[in-house]
Amino acid sequence: MSNTVIPLLLDSLASAALIFFAAVGLTLVFSVLRVLNVAHGSLYSIGAYVAASICLFIVSRQLSPYLSFVALLFSAVFVAALFGPLIERTLIRWTYGKSEAVQILITFGLFLILEDVQRMVFGVQSLYEDAPMRLLGTSLIGGVVYLNYQIVLIGMAILVIIGLRLLIRHTRLGRLITAVVADREMAQSIGIDTNRIFILAFSLGVFLAALGGALAVPTSGVAPGLGADTMVLAFAVAAIGGLGQIEGAAIASLIVGFVRVLAIYYVPALDAVAPYAAMLIVLLIRPYGLFGSVTARRI
Amino acid sequence: MRISLAVAAVLALAVAPILAPWLEFVLTLAIAKGFAALGVAILLRAGLISIGHAMFFAASAYGVAFLARAGINDFAALVALSVLAAGLAGAVVGAFLVRYRAIFFAMLNLAVSMVFYALFAKLYGVTGGTDGMAVPVPSVFGIVLSEPAFKNTLFYGSLTLMVLVGLGVHRYLDSPLGHALSAVHTNEVRLEYLGIPVWAVLLIAYVVSAALAGLGGAITGFAIGRVVPDFAFWTASGQLVLVAVLGGIGGVPGAFIGALFLELLHSAAVTVTDAWNLIVGAALIIVIMFLPKGLYGLLARRAAVAK
Amino acid sequence: MKQTILQARDLHVSFAGVKAADGVSLDIHQGEFLAVIGPNGSGKTTLLNLCTGYVRPKSGSVHLEGRDITRLTPRAIARLGVARAFQIPQLFSDQRVIDNMMLALAAKDGLWTMVRPLETAARREEARALLDLVGLADDKSRISSTLPEGHRKLLDIAIALALKPRLVLLDEPTSGVSSLERFPLMEALMGALRQRQMTALFVEHDMDVVARYANRVLVWNAGKIMAEGHPDVVFKDERVLQSVVGVA
Repeated sequence: MSNTVIPLLLDSLASAALIFFAAVGLTLVFSVLRVLNVAHGSLYSIGAYVAASICLFIVSRQLSPYLSFVALLFSAVFVAALFGPLIERTLIRWTYGKSEAVQILITFGLFLILEDVQRMVFGVQSLYEDAPMRLLGTSLIGGVVYLNYQIVLIGMAILVIIGLRLLIRHTRLGRLITAVVADREMAQSIGIDTNRIFILAFSLGVFLAALGGALAVPTSGVAPGLGADTMVLAFAVAAIGGLGQIEGAAIASLIVGFVRVLAIYYVPALDAVAPYAAMLIVLLIRPYGLFGSVTARRI
Repeated sequence: MRISLAVAAVLALAVAPILAPWLEFVLTLAIAKGFAALGVAILLRAGLISIGHAMFFAASAYGVAFLARAGINDFAALVALSVLAAGLAGAVVGAFLVRYRAIFFAMLNLAVSMVFYALFAKLYGVTGGTDGMAVPVPSVFGIVLSEPAFKNTLFYGSLTLMVLVGLGVHRYLDSPLGHALSAVHTNEVRLEYLGIPVWAVLLIAYVVSAALAGLGGAITGFAIGRVVPDFAFWTASGQLVLVAVLGGIGGVPGAFIGALFLELLHSAAVTVTDAWNLIVGAALIIVIMFLPKGLYGLLARRAAVAK
Repeated sequence: MKQTILQARDLHVSFAGVKAADGVSLDIHQGEFLAVIGPNGSGKTTLLNLCTGYVRPKSGSVHLEGRDITRLTPRAIARLGVARAFQIPQLFSDQRVIDNMMLALAAKDGLWTMVRPLETAARREEARALLDLVGLADDKSRISSTLPEGHRKLLDIAIALALKPRLVLLDEPTSGVSSLERFPLMEALMGALRQRQMTALFVEHDMDVVARYANRVLVWNAGKIMAEGHPDVVFKDERVLQSVVGVA
């Protein structure tokens, strides 16, 4: 029995790390802007396509493969810079104060647009480039061979959690964000430039989404439909953790990662069901998610 | 909507395939989608968005396939039974979900629908997995038809159902239960203090909406001749919401107008461009931002101005 | 001997350590207009909430015509004949006045149909009669959100009356209403209640209104009933004047 426990736990952690990257941007954007961005998954997959394309280019030109790491980070920054302010200013800002129905529909429309933009730019091919993964090699843990890349991913996820916490609690920007989250109108009336905060927060969310997609390329590649699949997974994880709760998303990622890996090990046919079954169970017991609260709007 | 206009529209639909036979398939799909969107629109009245109704659409289509495999071959029986199945599924799912509102209602519907999708896609032995299942041509009231003849029957049958079911739903929305449904959105607290069990009002609406989605799914299964797991994917549910919103506040006709508009636009667009999603997405955003009452509101305004 | 509509015995309720009701007992008799007055924050609205089922007492009981309603939900209590009007009018604000009334009437009987329309001739007549009773007949086709505050209050009350209740609970019927409209509102309300032989409990701040319309007053202070009786008597009580003078 014990020789499945370690692989199970490590696989769960690795799965959880990727899932966390998929979900954290969504929940962060909800936390600050109170908007559920249905196009979140598309930004994830666009990030993946950009990263994969650049990595493939690097390899094909026989440039230093270490540049591929830079490429992953750069893709995320590029996508965030390109789409973050643009989307926030044109679409998201229009939805503030409007009903949730409107927000969901507007961002759904954006999702549809981005799906086609992605298809027009990158085509319908699947892309895969594992240079970053190969470069890092493997390690032997508990008698099983592991990709160091996965361990790096886990480390990066922890870094993001700590980094976000530090940002919110120990920087001026973090305090401004907290004020806006607590009471938007009050923040405006004391002179905080909420527009700037919203653009920054949304762009950060896009960055995290695109980063997630980029980081997933070396292990899983990218294919059309990734956006839609990721969207609903991110949704499930954010909901389980409580919309807007970053630590909640971390715990939810652990849960979903674990349940998914459990399914893969023992009942492979159910691995796709796992996140949604988990979401159902959690929400039926705690309607606002594990760490959510009433302010996440009921009636 | 003016009755004469409605009658004219139905007649136009009835005649259209005679003039342009290729339209029949598109119109059948549009009517089917209209039923499903009408289901979503009913819940929208109470302020509830379901991003999961494709699950009832798919469940019914799969129901037809399963029943056909089990030997039931009559068109009417297949439709009736699968709609019933969808309604029952709606009762079970709805019993849990009507306790929730707003985003949580939307998300839970999404979650349940993705469970449906995953089951349809993964249980290869039972459902054929991603290949799906075939929907054979049934007999109609004992008569065995060729496929083209059946497709004709399917279209005119759907058209008739559109009128009959549409009238039925219209009556429902006009009834005390229908008005109570809209009132849930406006002031749920007041309803409770009037002694009205809001959960029951919503559950009835949910079952009706599930049955309507099921009707759409059954018709689509017959029209295409196949059912695949994608019928239940969340993007399919999103499209239903889109159609309901495009149709606007116009109740019953709105859903069918929205569906027709979308299917016809699709048929026209695919000949010219590949970027169908982009067009739909942009159309959705434009309608939401500039036509909050949907296409129905636009038409109603034109009619009023013309008077 | 007048029939007792509502009987409350030994009610105890606290919120965040503050006793909103401290062993309160009271009887409401058929046909009474019972006013509850007292300083702000003394828990007067809690009394209403206990009677409508919005709040459950920690101990004690509430009986409606002999039936124990202590643990019932607001919905169940509404069905038993207790109607509530709210301090901030709770209307179906995007609907016309008459639509509000018809839905309320349907709630009383005729809700469970999917085939018959809400708007029937009989229902419309009944709605109009009720609107006449409270003096809103002229406004019947107006969207309720466009009415002035006093009329919105009247509509809120009319909706409560549509339930044909045995007991009407009114939460500050004249608050938010301009002093010009105050007496016409109360006249209309009291006339409607008298005509339908309903019993009413109302929480009120305006002492003139209380003096003129209540036939019994309860003075509520720190979760207890400090004094009770006819307004003339109560308003001469020293303790009442002291605690009530503290209020505007």
